[in-house]
Amino acid sequence: MTTAGTLRLTTPGERELVMTRSFDAPRQLVFDAHTKPALVRRWLLGPPGWSMPVCEIDLRVGGKYRYVWHHDRDGTKMGMGGVYREIKMPERIVNTEKFDEAWYPGEALGTLVLVERAARPRSRIPCATSRARRATP
Amino acid sequence: MHATHRLDTVFAALADPTRRAILARLASGEASVTELAEPFAMSQPAISKHLKVLERAGLVSRGRDAQRRPRRLEPKRLREATKWLERYRRLWEGNYQRLDALLEQLKAKDPTPGDRQ
Repeated sequence: MTTAGTLRLTTPGERELVMTRSFDAPRQLVFDAHTKPALVRRWLLGPPGWSMPVCEIDLRVGGKYRYVWHHDRDGTKMGMGGVYREIKMPERIVNTEKFDEAWYPGEALGTLVLVERAARPRSRIPCATSRARRATP
Repeated sequence: MHATHRLDTVFAALADPTRRAILARLASGEASVTELAEPFAMSQPAISKHLKVLERAGLVSRGRDAQRRPRRLEPKRLREATKWLERYRRLWEGNYQRLDALLEQLKAKDPTPGDRQ
């Protein structure tokens, strides 16, 4: 895996976090992995010990999504969800996000951007994702 | 101050380029307000305002010399902010490594490159 890269994390604004990372896969697959529940629950898990028993995605503008994680040993549950504001397949998603037990006021706005890079000889088309999170008080 | 709120104050203080430049200057030793104002095209009151934000965030403190009242860097708060970011980065790197593995499996099933219609 030569094109999958390290995660870059920057804080361009007072309330903004941007993560950038490349993946060695066609953009459509990376998009699917972010939007199909059967795929999302296989990787969006956080620290070891957590599983994702609830993953509901209604992928349309105004549609909702809901994620619930479960800690397999101590039974802790953590839920979050939001509404899709923008969807441009397979390159861009903007959604609100709020945790059930939010430790911050208001909600965050998440933007996922998938950029396909030019294919290089003998390598598959890599895809870079950039995920921005902006808190809206 | 609650830890999350304290981090908010630190990140808000760090969001300004002048304040980051002041911190960079203080990293090489303490300095008075006059000394800090010199390299910037800014009045002393403007610099004092930035210093107040940095002090409130716990990033800068005042030295003993009552006359000069030198400001100095408090690295502890900066370390907390870096630690928080590093934890966040590690959590997402774990997620993305799992995603790498999943994408490999998906590619094996569907080897067509590019966007499918």
